[in-house]
Amino acid sequence: MSSGGNQKVLKLLENYGIVLVLIGIMAFLTWTQPLYFLTAENLSNIIKQNAAPAMLALGMFIVIVTAGIDLSVGSVMALAMVSLAILDKSFGWPWYIVIFVGPLVGIAAGWVNGIGLTWLKLPHPFIMTLGTLNIARGLTNLVTNAAPVSGLQPEVRYAGREVYSLGIFDPPAGIPVSVLVVTVSALSLWFFLNRTNVGRHVYAIGGNPQAARVSGVNVDRVLIYVYMICGCFAGIAGLLLAGRTDSGFPNAGIGSELDAIAAVIIGGASFFGGRGTVGGVIAGVLIIGLMRNGLNLNNVSVFWQQILIGVVIIVAVYIDVLRRRAAVRK
Amino acid sequence: MSEPLLEGRGVAKYFGAITALQDVNFRVNTGEALGVVGDNGAGKSTLMKVLSGLYTPSEGSLYFDGKPVRFNSPRDARKVGIEMVYQDFALAGNLPIYENIFLGREPGRKIAGLTILDRGLARQMAQDHLDKLKIHVKSIDQNVEELSGGQRQAVAIARATAFDAKVVIMDEPTAALAIKEVGKVLDLINTLKSHGVSVIIISHRMDDIFYACDRVMALYQGTNFAEAPLPQTNRNEVIGWIMGTKGHTEGFAHDKVN
Repeated sequence: MSSGGNQKVLKLLENYGIVLVLIGIMAFLTWTQPLYFLTAENLSNIIKQNAAPAMLALGMFIVIVTAGIDLSVGSVMALAMVSLAILDKSFGWPWYIVIFVGPLVGIAAGWVNGIGLTWLKLPHPFIMTLGTLNIARGLTNLVTNAAPVSGLQPEVRYAGREVYSLGIFDPPAGIPVSVLVVTVSALSLWFFLNRTNVGRHVYAIGGNPQAARVSGVNVDRVLIYVYMICGCFAGIAGLLLAGRTDSGFPNAGIGSELDAIAAVIIGGASFFGGRGTVGGVIAGVLIIGLMRNGLNLNNVSVFWQQILIGVVIIVAVYIDVLRRRAAVRK
Repeated sequence: MSEPLLEGRGVAKYFGAITALQDVNFRVNTGEALGVVGDNGAGKSTLMKVLSGLYTPSEGSLYFDGKPVRFNSPRDARKVGIEMVYQDFALAGNLPIYENIFLGREPGRKIAGLTILDRGLARQMAQDHLDKLKIHVKSIDQNVEELSGGQRQAVAIARATAFDAKVVIMDEPTAALAIKEVGKVLDLINTLKSHGVSVIIISHRMDDIFYACDRVMALYQGTNFAEAPLPQTNRNEVIGWIMGTKGHTEGFAHDKVN
């Protein structure tokens, strides 16, 4: 077949094209801002800023693999954040309990989403999670009277704020603890999705839920797990953001579910489920983060940033459409 | 006559006020290929879903190897060795062939409710199984969405028989295939029979029934209508059964002109 060579190139581009885009953006930013972009301080700052969005995107990813959507992640992150801040500040709970409050709130919210989807049989996860988006945000404002709760214990802030200088970097530059949290979470998610039976069932559900069902997979149960994992990651995002900002503020994460969806889609996952990789999602988060950072360094207004990110989403999905068309033709 | 392997006695299935099956008796013997025919709505698919555990019967009971059984899910039916091949194949197109074959039954190490996959073993077992059934594919790592209809059907049959299946139920096994692929799938059914597997084929196509089956039974309006060993009947009689008439002879055949 004469197209064999092209097929290989296409396959390579499909798997690693996103990395090329990332390197391209970094090269461009290094070229335009040689003094600032490649400094340890700027890079560790980018990583710290994108830790919480990365957690949200990873959670969103596993939901999108099942052809679902979770609109509640931003609100759940805020609810987790203010819950742990209140239990820390107002109730004086010890830090080793407070750090688990975020993930637990997230898991509970995810369970509610999963139950709504599978037991109430609401027609699409969009609807259930639109409901919990509002409920979680309302609860967040209710328990805080819409005012930030600031001043957390240093141990609670550790994961979100601490940076390891390793004797090489000058603080605040260094390896942020939050990037370790994201790395461990991403590797765990990768292992779960690619090396365990339930992870493969998640992909199967995204590809053909009927096939999964008749193969004896308990589709409802797997879906509940999926939304609980997504919620747990949103809760961890809340812990990281609370640590970084030293507060639980009730407006945190408004609209961040859309950034999470954008990162997943730019990272090559299919909106229709069954396709995508953890590495792609991380690349998607970094592309959005680097674009924001680079546009800031180059003094481009935030309004243009938003427009550009919108264009990137459309272009990324269009590339996916072209790829599918090529796959159908062969 | 030998002891039936799978038997249903007085099976009924109601959906609210609708009666899909009423007092249906049914049996299939070891290594036998049974054809089940009937018009749309005659209850074929409902009966097959009862046998494969997707529906629980409203009345009546099932017997496997002479013992009463009750299936609450396809998983229960699979445990005793009853497998279903669906008309739309029910494969996940985004997953490779070998993963589809083992979907829901992945080999590996079990830890705390999860199975850590042994992908090498799964590939090897899949390849061996396909070889045993004489199914040829470019690679077991190919995604199912890249396959032709006949290849998909072959993968679906391979999946159904991967774990020592005793009964394989096939819903319209040739309906979604190109004509040149039909023969291969029917040969595959004969291969299964030669391995001692009982096969139940639901089909509208007389060619399927008369090429691959040993016995044929007809359902009409949700109940038993007629049945016969294949040598004792003919195509026109069976077509008559589907339409609810008996004694349908050569003279009534719609494809005869004089």
